[in-house]
Amino acid sequence: MITKELLLKIAKLAHISVPESETTEFMNNLSSIFGYMEKLESVNVANVEPMSHVLGATNVLRADEVTPSLPVEEALQNAPDSSGRFIRVPIIIDSGVEH
Amino acid sequence: MTNLSSLSLTEMRDGLDSKKFSARELTSSSLKGAENLKGLNAFIEMASESALKAADEADIAMKRGSSTSRPLLGIPVAIKDMILTRGLKTTCASKILANFIPPYDATVTQRLKDAGAIVVGKTNLDEFAMGSSNENSAYGVVQNPWDTSRVPGGSSGGSAAAVAAGIVPVALGTDTGGSIRQPASFCGVVGIKPTYGRVSRYGVVAYASSLDQVGPIARNVRDAAKITKILAGNDKADATSSALRVTDYEAVLGREIKGLKVGIPKEYFIKGLNSEVEESVKAAIAQLISAGAEAVEISLPTTEVALSVYYVLAPAEASSNLSRYDGVKFGYRASGTKDLKELYSKTRSEGFGKEVKRRILIGTHVLSTGYYDAFYLRAQKVRKLIYEDFQRAFSSCDVIACPTAPSTAFKIGEKASDPLEMYLSDIFTIPVNLAGLPGISVPCGFDRAGLPIGLQLIGRQFEEETLFKVAYAYESSTQWHKKVPPVFAASK
Repeated sequence: MITKELLLKIAKLAHISVPESETTEFMNNLSSIFGYMEKLESVNVANVEPMSHVLGATNVLRADEVTPSLPVEEALQNAPDSSGRFIRVPIIIDSGVEH
Repeated sequence: MTNLSSLSLTEMRDGLDSKKFSARELTSSSLKGAENLKGLNAFIEMASESALKAADEADIAMKRGSSTSRPLLGIPVAIKDMILTRGLKTTCASKILANFIPPYDATVTQRLKDAGAIVVGKTNLDEFAMGSSNENSAYGVVQNPWDTSRVPGGSSGGSAAAVAAGIVPVALGTDTGGSIRQPASFCGVVGIKPTYGRVSRYGVVAYASSLDQVGPIARNVRDAAKITKILAGNDKADATSSALRVTDYEAVLGREIKGLKVGIPKEYFIKGLNSEVEESVKAAIAQLISAGAEAVEISLPTTEVALSVYYVLAPAEASSNLSRYDGVKFGYRASGTKDLKELYSKTRSEGFGKEVKRRILIGTHVLSTGYYDAFYLRAQKVRKLIYEDFQRAFSSCDVIACPTAPSTAFKIGEKASDPLEMYLSDIFTIPVNLAGLPGISVPCGFDRAGLPIGLQLIGRQFEEETLFKVAYAYESSTQWHKKVPPVFAASK
């Protein structure tokens, strides 16, 4: 059900690489899990509204006022690589990243 | 002064206030217990230095005045390592956050601290709260204090083990599909998942945002009620938190349950349910009847599909929530990458464990083009049906009673190789999260191997009072919560 091709496509979307040695295991696990989910196909959902929030709440707004926030030094404390007020990352432009 | 840490929260408060022992003695006992029982692997990180410092401060404060405005003053607590603690490493049991030190406290952490609690350490869990056995942690398996060859349950296995082993009277857990209730059941302690939105999720690392809730694991119902009251209430920092007033959960304890209707869902008592679990739970229900409650058979026909709905929705939400772990702003960053894309991929592949990857892949698939309608949208509609099932049921009963888990604690490694088999342990807890209802697990017996069994009570949204009232009424007529696991002797 979950082919290797599909697994690798999903992995690419998720930005996770699945090594060759693990593809069979993931394929089998995912296939059995999706197989179990086939139960959902037989449920009658005609005229049923999708439920994404159990409390039926709507957007909570606040006034557009600036309030104290984390100081930059604290916010950058966990940065793997930073320089001044910036976080440093490998090259982005000309790297073949899809847009 | 041995084993002070195994007292209940209420006993600790009384002991501190009547000067039977000091906060330093109490916290020291807790830290000593954690050290003596480190084989359980219940903790990922201890905060010994800051805890003892806070204990000394608590002793000074208690000398100056009473603890009435700070009910947890001097009380040692533990926090699941999925919840942010300022200055104290928070890993979510993952390699990807191995060195993450939060710059702020979660609201629940802040509320405990404001009440005077002393955080002694961060408890172990299944990585990113994904699991039902605490075998998915990057920091090792947690052992069940009742039988160390068995799992404590998950994902809040460390918290349940720490409370059951008498290291702390209370530990915070999180529950997305049963992760507070099921380990509480496996470890013979009380665990409550409040109504969705009752407790703030600010600073609680997100797994599935429409399902996650924080709750206490404690030695008895009164202690759980005390903590829930402190944690609950609106938080401006969490847009999904409810503005509904929090009532005094402790005040209802001891009230009668005469005439209360207890719904027994017929779909939960079928073949495949462990016979000893069934026996104990039925005996517990009979106990409630003899206290004046009335049993009503109810039907929850969507029970059969609840697991499928959960394993579409939760992974979908997780795939979105965990996309922030990309090695850029915080957490683990892979080395030797030539561009940003490779940075993302290598970081995540090296940083995440197998189960986390599995769920991200499932979630990514069900949200992708061509599959979204058949999976995600359909699951959301079936979720609505599950919600409506419970609404209908609650028109003929006030509280629902059933087993918390289909079995008692299984052996470490027994289900680890079959993810689907593992998922089935949450079959009775998952529907509660999907419908946003509150659910509590209380000890209701032991099987022939001496393993704890849990009774689950499910209430209407925001009716935590009813849950505590009924749970207390049941607990008062039993001695299960007073029994201690064999490891206690070693913790002295």
